[in-house]
Amino acid sequence: MADAGMLRFHVPEPEVRPGGAPDFSNVPIAAAGSVPRPDIDADPRTIRDMAFSIIRVLNRNGEAVGPWAGLLSADELLEGLRHMMTLRAFDARMQMAQRQGKTSFYMQHLGEEAVSCAFRRALLPGDMNFPTYRQAGLLIAGGYPMVTMMNQIYSNEADPLKGRQLPIMYSSKEHGFFSISGNLATQYIQAVGWAMASAISNDSRIAAAWIGDGSTAESDFHSALVFASTYKAPVVLNVVNNQWAISTFQGIARGGSGTFAARGLGFGIPALRVDGNDYLAVHAVAKWAAERARGNLGPTLVEYVTYRAGAHSSSDDPSAYRPKAESDAWPLGDPVVRLKNHLIRLGAWSDERHAQAEAEILDTVISAQKEAEGHGTLHAGGKPSTREMFEGVFAEMPPHLRRQRQQAGV
Amino acid sequence: MIEAIRDAMDVSMERDGKVVVFGEDVGFFGGVFRCTQGLQAKYGKSRCFDAPINESGIVGSAIGMAAYGLKPCVEIQFADYMYPAYDQLTQEAARLRYRSNGDFTCPIVVRMPTGGGIFGGQTHSQSPEALFTHVSGLKTVVPSNPHDAKGLLIAAIEDPDPVIFLEPKRLYNGPFDGHHDRPVTPWSKHELGEVADGHYTVPLGKAAIRRAGSAVTVLAYGTMVHVAQAAVEETGIDAEIIDLRTLLPLDLDAIVASVNKTGRCVIVHEATLTSGFGAELSALVQEHCFYHLEAPVARVTGWDTPYPHAQEWDYFPGPARVGRALIETMEA
Repeated sequence: MADAGMLRFHVPEPEVRPGGAPDFSNVPIAAAGSVPRPDIDADPRTIRDMAFSIIRVLNRNGEAVGPWAGLLSADELLEGLRHMMTLRAFDARMQMAQRQGKTSFYMQHLGEEAVSCAFRRALLPGDMNFPTYRQAGLLIAGGYPMVTMMNQIYSNEADPLKGRQLPIMYSSKEHGFFSISGNLATQYIQAVGWAMASAISNDSRIAAAWIGDGSTAESDFHSALVFASTYKAPVVLNVVNNQWAISTFQGIARGGSGTFAARGLGFGIPALRVDGNDYLAVHAVAKWAAERARGNLGPTLVEYVTYRAGAHSSSDDPSAYRPKAESDAWPLGDPVVRLKNHLIRLGAWSDERHAQAEAEILDTVISAQKEAEGHGTLHAGGKPSTREMFEGVFAEMPPHLRRQRQQAGV
Repeated sequence: MIEAIRDAMDVSMERDGKVVVFGEDVGFFGGVFRCTQGLQAKYGKSRCFDAPINESGIVGSAIGMAAYGLKPCVEIQFADYMYPAYDQLTQEAARLRYRSNGDFTCPIVVRMPTGGGIFGGQTHSQSPEALFTHVSGLKTVVPSNPHDAKGLLIAAIEDPDPVIFLEPKRLYNGPFDGHHDRPVTPWSKHELGEVADGHYTVPLGKAAIRRAGSAVTVLAYGTMVHVAQAAVEETGIDAEIIDLRTLLPLDLDAIVASVNKTGRCVIVHEATLTSGFGAELSALVQEHCFYHLEAPVARVTGWDTPYPHAQEWDYFPGPARVGRALIETMEA
């Protein structure tokens, strides 16, 4: 009932803060297999409730169930598991390298590996991702060399970006990975523009936009949805809801809309929510959305419900703003463990083989790291030349930069 | 000048299927200043279309299109409306080549009408050029006449990097010299109003001497070139007027050669004074011409206020103010 008294200012708060007991009991989680799989050309008005549920394939017993299951073979799943384990091992080594002073900054994916690794499998060569800083799985699963990633992280003499960009802000057109800005949300509308260009050119390639829960509050997110909706752009609009934007819980960006997926509804964009820790569900939904884009059916908004188990970045300490045990209490579990259990259930994997694979992957990552460190780290060994600092501002260096380079003595 | 700008886009779209044009009211209607009139009818809705009222969306989507391989030439309806797109321009378009080491590039042109003189008030009169020249990675162009507008715009569209193309809106319909109380002269009576057919370019980064002289150098661009010409005629001072045409890259050689010859320099722009582009010009003249200077470098600019409505002509640096600065510089 309306209350006509003094106005009160409302600031949302998370359920629990440090010192409290983690509690996700009020997060409604649909049972695996319970959400229907509509045809890709379903009328968006008939599937609005999908923005409020969660599409899940893997159940608690490690079985793949329901209409979104059955798209991937055991071999493909094993490869997916390997991608996620590689990303996790890569992150652990690079996080440590940052602590050892070999680079200035690092951002890991812990708990979110399934999102980018499984999504990558739904794309075709030539498609273009416009990622944020937490989708390196697109590169790992796409076969981009780990050594090159590390060279970039170390800003060393072999850094393909010549030391100009922050660690992990990779760029690879060849691997369908748009240059990461470090600015938030700007890439979302750029992805829509890329997709519009593909349609203008009567091409068959599609774009994938990426954003986090917190950055959906940026105006560029809304710009992207307007343009995608107006021009029916062939783009998959991904929102990775990992619950935390540095120290700010997702409710501050989400406000009263209930879910981030629901943001798409006002634009007439089909919006799906998916269990982001379920490799099979992420892949199935990504494939559905990609097929829609490729079939001239326009954009799809997908919210991946996941949990940032690690810190936001190497400069962050989450114990200051959330309970330490919160990630253990996260009801959607760990993506690596869940896929591993599924493969064991299928009879295609075992604990022993998993442990062995972990050791092999660690070896591979360590040898890549050795090779990268042979080219230098941020403060030691080979580094990009100072001259490189002046190159590439424009295609052709204008006179004022030539004068400044001369002044700098390079 | 409207026809010249339209012609530049027409020629570019004809020659290169990758050139696309869009913006607010740009498609069916042809733009509020009619610069894109007829382009949609000629090239179809895929290459010339209306955009939502969303400047960051217009520039952001253009960046994505450029990364794809198209060459978008977009319109921001008034330069005053560009602020929502400033993030996309400065942190994205300007740096894409640099931060990706050329893996992705951003050949876009962002056209926007600039300057006052049409009673547009605070939100339809601004001259934000210094906000662009301050950003590494952007080129900034301001034409002063139809011939240059066409050649510079074609050059901008063909340029491999992002170009801000500021169109002095008071020049759209004629060479305005600041005498707002006199009848408008059409471009047809001006020698630079004649625009050659077909393809030609005016290179970015090259200034033009509009009037050769020996007493004082006037540095100006856009509308102020014509204001300076009027002031010089009215004072009878033998000034050399340099039309900068491109602010970045700047034709420093032309500036230095002229000031070293005249020993005096007056800088004129419509934008506000403090941290305006004139400050950069003044510093460069001081650095490069100090021992040739016989008088302090003078600046004649808009006042450091928002662009007023009723007081437009008190704000606008017209020929009387420029003339006074010329006389003072000669007497210094």
